[in-house]
Amino acid sequence: MKRMGADILISCLKEQGVDTVFGYPGGAVLDLYDALYRDGTIDHVITAHEQGAAHAADGYARATGKTGVVIATSGPGATNLVTGIATAYMDSVPLVAVTGNVGINFLGRDSFQEVDISGITVPITKHSYIVKDVRELQDVLREAFLIANTGRKGPVLVDIPKNVQVDTAEFTPCEPVRPAPKRVPREAQGDIAAALSACERPLILAGGGTVASGADRELLLLAERLQAPVASTLMGLGSFPASHPLFLGMMGMHGTASAAKACLQSDLILALGTRFSDRVALDRDRFAKGKTVVQIDIDDAEIGKNVPVTYSLLGDLKEALTSLLPLLPERGPRPFAEEMKALRRKELSSARTGGLGERILAEAARMFPDCPVATDVGQHQMWTAQIWPFEAPRTLLTSGGLGTMGYGMGAAIGAAVGTGKRVVLVTGDGSFNMNLNELSTAVSRQLDLVILLMNNRALGMVRQWQKLFYDGRFSQTTVQKRTDYVKFAESFGAKGMRIRSAKDIVPVLAAARAEKGPVLVDCRIGEDENVLPMIKPGATYDTIMTKWRKP
Amino acid sequence: MKYIISALAANKSGVLTRVAALFGRRGYNIESLSACATETAEFSRMTIVLDGDDYVLGQMMKQMDKLIDVKKIRRVDEDAVLRELLLIKVRTNAATRSEVFEISQIFRANVVDASPEATVLELTGKPTKLDGFVNMLLPYGVMELARTGVTAISRGKTRLLDEEDYKEKI
Repeated sequence: MKRMGADILISCLKEQGVDTVFGYPGGAVLDLYDALYRDGTIDHVITAHEQGAAHAADGYARATGKTGVVIATSGPGATNLVTGIATAYMDSVPLVAVTGNVGINFLGRDSFQEVDISGITVPITKHSYIVKDVRELQDVLREAFLIANTGRKGPVLVDIPKNVQVDTAEFTPCEPVRPAPKRVPREAQGDIAAALSACERPLILAGGGTVASGADRELLLLAERLQAPVASTLMGLGSFPASHPLFLGMMGMHGTASAAKACLQSDLILALGTRFSDRVALDRDRFAKGKTVVQIDIDDAEIGKNVPVTYSLLGDLKEALTSLLPLLPERGPRPFAEEMKALRRKELSSARTGGLGERILAEAARMFPDCPVATDVGQHQMWTAQIWPFEAPRTLLTSGGLGTMGYGMGAAIGAAVGTGKRVVLVTGDGSFNMNLNELSTAVSRQLDLVILLMNNRALGMVRQWQKLFYDGRFSQTTVQKRTDYVKFAESFGAKGMRIRSAKDIVPVLAAARAEKGPVLVDCRIGEDENVLPMIKPGATYDTIMTKWRKP
Repeated sequence: MKYIISALAANKSGVLTRVAALFGRRGYNIESLSACATETAEFSRMTIVLDGDDYVLGQMMKQMDKLIDVKKIRRVDEDAVLRELLLIKVRTNAATRSEVFEISQIFRANVVDASPEATVLELTGKPTKLDGFVNMLLPYGVMELARTGVTAISRGKTRLLDEEDYKEKI
């Protein structure tokens, strides 16, 4: 039986096991939305803005491990997805974006709401399609899901002109193809096992690939077998339990001093699913000089891209570690690991000298221990990465690669819809203002969302850099918005609360915890609370700044 | 250093844009890129001349291999057949025309158009031969020239299509 393109799309989504999509209707997707309506089995989350929908699909994917799906109309609907797609691309999040476009007869004529979205998204997707023949639609959609999930995951865009949604074609149901885990070549494993057995001061650096591959259990076994301390990139947080004695916390520009020291003193770095970005290997030429570097990654183009490697394995991390583990001897305690563990213990037990923001986060982490945490981008993001003890993968949703301010609201919505759990969003007043419209989405859905708004009336991270590198010339970063965020939350139908000083922390967070639905906590922190430690861009780990040096 | 790469890509619109955009955003220095349909309707073939080092070559091949539309990619062997086509318009008059013809004969170039003030010549060969020819004609006044960029094919019976994938897809 012949079916309309729009119905073929719905059938393909269901075939892939999609039960939730995020999106925003419009002229060029009317038929598609009609098919959604007639089908009635897919839950569609309507956001306030397409950017929020893209971030929500991304947050949904990160929190659940499933593929996020976002739908938008042509023209501005499609271009509003761009930041969300780029965010997913930089952090290797599987996402399928479906856009409508003007009919084929109108393409290329600068028609109303026409834009070449498959062209625009070429550099920020694994692949992008425009489907010009309805007979190709089902295969393209299946391929899109396969590409999004194969190897290094990432976003794929499928643009469907209006007439293709209405045209009919024969639909042949098909079982979804699951991507085979990328095979791991056996040859290199001997060398790596030998290097891991021979080294004295190994450090494991766990990246986002550990989460994407689901290799957290294997990582734990490996670290214990090798007696190697583990540091994590921002994207890797949660892949190794923060409470484990071998865990040194985050490594990088705002990483821990113990991770920095371990990096300096190690004789071997085992990099798992990480690309040595400029926020980790700040000085890529000196970062690993004189050390053995072993890199395991699923993307060949990442091997040795930023830091030269001694040995590498190309393939799925879970597979690679599973096959590597039996080749490694069980190690007794090693002096290096013991020293680093002691350093980390000392670091954790010494009272943080941070400001109100950090104290709020420390208490919130105790009060909301099992909640997925979404963040925006800036100081609050780094405080969260430093303070929140992430115990399990997929519990931190943060824009690491692109650093998208405004990511958090959408991501938190996606995570809440996907997991059914209460989600904590840690944001700043700068980031929150970028997509605060999505609070309406959270209210409509009555999502259990606790928004901790670190309100310093400034763009804190940029301001911190201006203090350090621009002699305190605060160009456009002391915003002093007059917004009353409690009233704002209430006007949207959410609860609003406020923390003015340390004595408010426990009672206000407890009150927020007792609420159902979205709660916004306006945390009035100081504008001069800084993120420490810090290593200057391009510098080496020995220059780590653990105390604020007044400029 | 210069490297020559052959690639087979899906023969559909937008593929060249993807390849060219990749070079642009990754900052690869491309000397030439020639692309055309092949004996198989499915594929087009590209020959790319890259100016860089081993690191850039490795990165470019790996990044190109990640493009879904790129099916095969190989560095061209040293002994492969390399050819380029040159069309060049030289200022000539009654006095200089015979000299230009003489130079053309040395290089086995063909005269494809002659007019009172200009001669158009055609030459096929390795890029270095084309460079030499252009140099010889400079004193007469080169009005304009067009080169196709290098195209390459391996010797013997091997075909790019039959070669193993450079690395597993995606």
